[in-house]
Amino acid sequence: MSDGTDLLTAYDRQNHWCEMLGGDGAPAEHAAMVRNRLGRLTLSDLVRRAEIAERELYNLGITFTVYSERDVIDRILPFDVIPRIISPGDWDIIERGSKQRVTALNMFLHDVYHEGRILKEGVVPAELVYGNAYYREQMRGVSVPHGSYVNVCGVDLVRDHLGRFKVLEDNARTPSGVSYVVENRHMMQRTFPDMMDEIGIRPVSDYGQKLLEAVAELAPAEVADPQVVLLSPGVYNSAYFEHVFLAREMGVPLVEGSDLFVEDDRVWMRTTAGKAPVHSIYRRIDDAFLDPEVFNSESMLGVPGIFGAYIKGNVGLANAVGTGCADDKAVYAYMPRIIRFYLDEEPILDNVETHICREREGLAYTLANLENLVIKPVGESGGYGIVIGPRATQEEIEDVRAKLIANPSNFISQPMIDLSVCPTLIDGMIEPRHVDLRPFVVTGQSSWVLPGGLTRVALRRGSLVVNSSQGGGSKDTWVLEP
Amino acid sequence: MTIGTKFLLARYADCSFWLGRYMERAESLARILDVNLHFSRDSRGSQNWRSIVQLNADEERFDEAYDVASYANVVHFYVLDRDNPSSIISAIRAAKENARALRPTISTEMWSHLNVFNNTMATLTSDDLKQSELSRVCANIKLECQTHTGITEGTFFRDQSWYFYLIGRELERADQTTRLLDIKYHLLLPPDQRVGSPVDVSQWNALLRSVAGYHAYRREHPRGMSPKQVAAFLLFNMSFPRSIALCLSQIDQHLHRLRSGFGLRAGISAMELLDETRAAVSGHTPDSLVQYGLHEFSDYLQRQLMAMTAAVRHEFCGVPADSDGE
Repeated sequence: MSDGTDLLTAYDRQNHWCEMLGGDGAPAEHAAMVRNRLGRLTLSDLVRRAEIAERELYNLGITFTVYSERDVIDRILPFDVIPRIISPGDWDIIERGSKQRVTALNMFLHDVYHEGRILKEGVVPAELVYGNAYYREQMRGVSVPHGSYVNVCGVDLVRDHLGRFKVLEDNARTPSGVSYVVENRHMMQRTFPDMMDEIGIRPVSDYGQKLLEAVAELAPAEVADPQVVLLSPGVYNSAYFEHVFLAREMGVPLVEGSDLFVEDDRVWMRTTAGKAPVHSIYRRIDDAFLDPEVFNSESMLGVPGIFGAYIKGNVGLANAVGTGCADDKAVYAYMPRIIRFYLDEEPILDNVETHICREREGLAYTLANLENLVIKPVGESGGYGIVIGPRATQEEIEDVRAKLIANPSNFISQPMIDLSVCPTLIDGMIEPRHVDLRPFVVTGQSSWVLPGGLTRVALRRGSLVVNSSQGGGSKDTWVLEP
Repeated sequence: MTIGTKFLLARYADCSFWLGRYMERAESLARILDVNLHFSRDSRGSQNWRSIVQLNADEERFDEAYDVASYANVVHFYVLDRDNPSSIISAIRAAKENARALRPTISTEMWSHLNVFNNTMATLTSDDLKQSELSRVCANIKLECQTHTGITEGTFFRDQSWYFYLIGRELERADQTTRLLDIKYHLLLPPDQRVGSPVDVSQWNALLRSVAGYHAYRREHPRGMSPKQVAAFLLFNMSFPRSIALCLSQIDQHLHRLRSGFGLRAGISAMELLDETRAAVSGHTPDSLVQYGLHEFSDYLQRQLMAMTAAVRHEFCGVPADSDGE
């Protein structure tokens, strides 16, 4: 087995907060048992098991798919076998904080699509919402069941050098990644059963059933046993694996736009026995493609007439139409004020300190400190267009300065957070790599947070960008039983 | 709120049908290539690889891409050529894409096996298909197809989808058998009209072996081998899995099951076509078949099978009646 040396002896957290070791003067006691077991493995054993896990992900087709003209290329999201451990105390903060955030987001969305109180009172600039590309005028005055707009929310969290969790952004449209949370756990159960033995890890396997319940709660009230379906753009979508995963876990049909049609403002699916009614839809296609009669008329993915059925209350949609105006990076900056406005509470999870460049002081501060700040365009996702001041060339700094002056409202800036790290297996060595965390909040009549979440890891040395499109991987996330 | 027991999406029915068909096609192609390698040498020891191209009615497509029907070209065309929709690699890929669409309903084992099989196929190169290697490669492909069949039998949920899968498989099987019969039809012509060489028993041997039917045939006919008997065996035998009569009878059972067991009202014209075809088959004797002309009868069967495919897809899956299929 072991030659007496601990696998983690040579590991250096390099003054970052470490999810396995903790920080200065604050050792991660909750992770001690896992750390010891990990330490007793040999490096070759760890590498061997990691290879098995990777091959298995590939064979199971737990992949995102890239289609070229001739070829179908399946790529796996790189999986790191060393888990990220979360203490019960930390989880309590994350859980309460995420729910609080979703509650505020839902109240905000109801407000901006009805009276617009928060805009009239000047807490959030009206043009930020009404001028937002994701604001859907057609939703004005439309009420959704239980006031629940954001039925699935991914709250992206990072942890700073003192171990404090901060919200980096909200994902209130169609957040993805939850399939990896569950599949990563299954993978760990198969390859590291010995490491998990006798450790109380909160289960993640009931996500599908919780989601089904929430989506069913959006069906018309008079339907006793609602038919739920999952609407996917189809096999060519890069997240198709996740759609399949969720449909299986929920036990509902996975449909594409062409499987559905609308008649008399009701939604039906085409079956071998003729038409069958559909009452509520977990849709993984964007607003713009949902209904060519109302939104993008070029869309071949959607269902003509479905929006009419929706606003008449004949079909539920999760998430609601028009949630994109709440998870915008510009609105994000106002979230602490939004929480205080509706809930009269302090945010349980803080934002990362954010300078709003549309506000004079924010712009001035940003321009004066470009070299120390992370500058983000407000309309982009997936980590695109971000300039990390401390790592940018002079040319890049001047380029973003010009853009800022030309269009300040398009930007926010934040201090560079020293993201926490996690020991990660890199080319046969264990090295610190930066991680974030995306917990998933499911909301029908009430909110539930999956005890786990997606830990994304930036596999490149020193990189702070965890997005899968930019070289990120993932880890299993263990929330310990209290 | 469960899948399948109450209803089946029309699209899933179509994908199941094609999954069954493509896997059967891949297996059948592997058999034909393998058998041609072993058993279809003529008296001078040379093999006729062009007959495989004719068998699949692929002359036009083949001649566009290749100058000569050599071993290397024909085998490449049928195993590795992604531009050839009737190559093994295309069939497996099409099967996988149908399985991908069906993934919400099929077992993880079934999906995972097809995924790995497809990935393995993608690593094959011309080097792997040298004459000395072909038999082993074909054996592996057959084995993977049969593994698929086994996993499917053991894990496929017995809802409507299962019956569409089986109908697709049986239709493809019947189609493959008619093609095999047709290519050897000239050997069945009456003696005075025979075109070319004397009957070469090894041709019939090869034909039977390509459908894994040699030993089955011997159980029915311990002695002798006449073209007429072989043709009759492949058309009429009710115990041989690849005979036309048995395939049609199974399709009949599956269609009945869909209509009576699952209460589907569609499928009337598919049933009518099937009844008509079965009557035509059972109306023949080995002798009348020779009188009628095996080529003409094979042609008729192929047209009927195509019409049945269109009818099943149109009536159950809502595919336009004039759609040309794949």
